Amino acid sequence: MDSMRDRFAPVVTRLLDEDPRVAVVLAEIGADGFAEAKRRHPDRVVNVGIREQLLVGAASGMALAGMRPVAHTFASFLVERPFEQVKLDLGHQDAGAVLVSAAASFDWPAGGYTHMAPGDVALLDTLDGWTVHVPGHPDEAETLLRHAVAAGDDKVYVRLSLQSNATGRSVDGQRFLTVREGHAGVVVAVGPMLDAVLAATEGLDVTVLYATTVRPFDGDALRRAAVAAGTDVVLVEPYLAGTSTAAANDALADVPHRVLGLGVGRAELRRYGQIDEHVAAHGLDARSLRERITRFTTGAVPAGA
Amino acid sequence: MTITEQRTQTYGYSDLPGLMGLMTGDEKHGPAATSTLDVLWVLYDRVLRVGPDSADDPGRDRFLLSKGHGPMAYYAVLAAKGFLPVDRLPGFGSYDSPLGHHPDRTLVPGVEIGSGSLGHGLPIAVGTALGLRAQGRHDPAVWTLIGDAELDEGSNHEAIAFAGPAGLDRLHTVVVDNSSASYARPGGIAARFEAAGWSARTVDGRDHEALYDAFTAPHPGRPHVVVARVEPKNA
Repeated sequence: MDSMRDRFAPVVTRLLDEDPRVAVVLAEIGADGFAEAKRRHPDRVVNVGIREQLLVGAASGMALAGMRPVAHTFASFLVERPFEQVKLDLGHQDAGAVLVSAAASFDWPAGGYTHMAPGDVALLDTLDGWTVHVPGHPDEAETLLRHAVAAGDDKVYVRLSLQSNATGRSVDGQRFLTVREGHAGVVVAVGPMLDAVLAATEGLDVTVLYATTVRPFDGDALRRAAVAAGTDVVLVEPYLAGTSTAAANDALADVPHRVLGLGVGRAELRRYGQIDEHVAAHGLDARSLRERITRFTTGAVPAGA
Repeated sequence: MTITEQRTQTYGYSDLPGLMGLMTGDEKHGPAATSTLDVLWVLYDRVLRVGPDSADDPGRDRFLLSKGHGPMAYYAVLAAKGFLPVDRLPGFGSYDSPLGHHPDRTLVPGVEIGSGSLGHGLPIAVGTALGLRAQGRHDPAVWTLIGDAELDEGSNHEAIAFAGPAGLDRLHTVVVDNSSASYARPGGIAARFEAAGWSARTVDGRDHEALYDAFTAPHPGRPHVVVARVEPKNA
C-alpha cells in the first residue's frame, strides 16, 4: 500500500492545476515530489531551503497577498520549531494556511527523538481556530487534504503518518463516524489507531467512534454515543496521551463521566527500532489496549491479559 | 516640504511632533521615539503608492512595520496621511483604543501586519512578494522596516539569505540603525545583505533627500536594502 505522504504531492499538484490561489511552500523536505508541479507553476511552488521560520512566515505573507498556501515539512519542524510563527504569522495576523506534516509521532523511530512530534496537536490546542485532520488511511488523507485546501482562508493542520488502517472510510472532514455500537463505554479511535482499537474491543460491549477530524472536536457525536453506551470514555490518540481529554470532558460537562486518555507517553523512550516496537512501548498495540480499555470500563482484568 | 490633503486639515512633516504629542503627552521626543520618523515620512509622503482610499487595493504598495516597538511615529504618519482619524491618537494604549504599544493589523486601517515580537516582518514580506509575483502582480512594491538590533533575530537571516538568490526585486527593506545591537561591526548590516545578493545603500536616516534617493535607486533583479543611520539610542 502506498503511504499518505505518497498521496500528498499528487493531490496538491492537481489542486495547483485547478485553483490559481493555491501555492505550495516547502523547506527542502518533500521538494522532489513537486518537481513537475514546479515546472508547470514556477511561482506557486516555492522551496525556501532549510528555513522553517521562513516557511511559515512566507506562507503568512502569501496568504496576506491573497493566496491559499500549503506548507509542508516534518511535524517537528512545521509546528514545534517555528511555533511562534504559527501563533503570530498565521493566528495573530488573521492569515490562513494549510500546514501538512509528515513523520507524525514516531514514523522514523531509527531517526530518534529529534524527528518525533507527539506534541504537535497539543501545541496547536493552545491556539484558537485551528482545524486538525488526522487521517487514518491514504484515501482519507486525500479527501482531507482536499477539504483542507478548500476551507476558505481557515487555518488547517493535516497530520500525515506512515501508520495506517487497512481500509479507508468515508470521512467528511467534520464528524466522527460510528463504527461499532455497544452499551458499556465509548472508545474514540483517532486516525491510524482504528484497526488496533477494533481488534482490542472485539467482543467487548463498547461503542467505537472513529475520529479523523479532531479539531473542532465532535462533542455532539460523543454525547449521542453516551446516551446508549454510557459515559465511560476512552480516547485512543496517535499523539500525546490526553491531548483530547479536555475536549471530551467539555462535551460531557453536564453529566457525570469518566475519561481515560491513551496515546503516546510523555517520557522520551530513547529507543530506535521500528514503528510497531514504539506502538507497543506506548501501550498502543491491540493487546495492551484491550487490557487497558477493559480495566477502565469494567474494572476487571481480561482473561489472557 | 510636501503636505497632504485630508478632509478637514492638511498635515506636513512639521506637524508630526504634535501628532506624536497627542499620544505621549509631550511634544518633545527623544531619539529613540523618533528613530523611524524621517524614514516613515519620506516613504509615505513620496515613495509608497498607497493611501487611505487604496488601503485594500490588491495592487497597492505594502509597508510592513516589523519593528513594532515604539509605534508613535508610525501612527502619527498614518494619521497625517489620513489612514486613521487624528482624534484616535490620544487614546494610545488604552483598552478601547485600536492603537496599542505594538500595532495590530486587524484594528488599524493601513497597518499591513501586527508586530511587536521581533523578526517577523521580513519573512512575511518575503511571502507577500512571492504571493504578488505568483498572481502576476509585478508592479506593487513590498517594504519592511526593521531595527538594527532586531536584525539579531535569526528569522531575518533566513529571509535575507533566501530573497537575494530568489531574485525578489519587488522586496525592499529599511534597517533603521540606531546602534542598539549589543554586538555589531561597522558596515556589518549592509555587508550581510550584500553577501546574499541584495542591492544595498547606507544613508543618513535624517536626510530626506538622501533617503528618497536611496529608496528609489534602481535594483534590477535584486531585492534592495537601505540602511538608515540615526543617532545612537544610548548616546
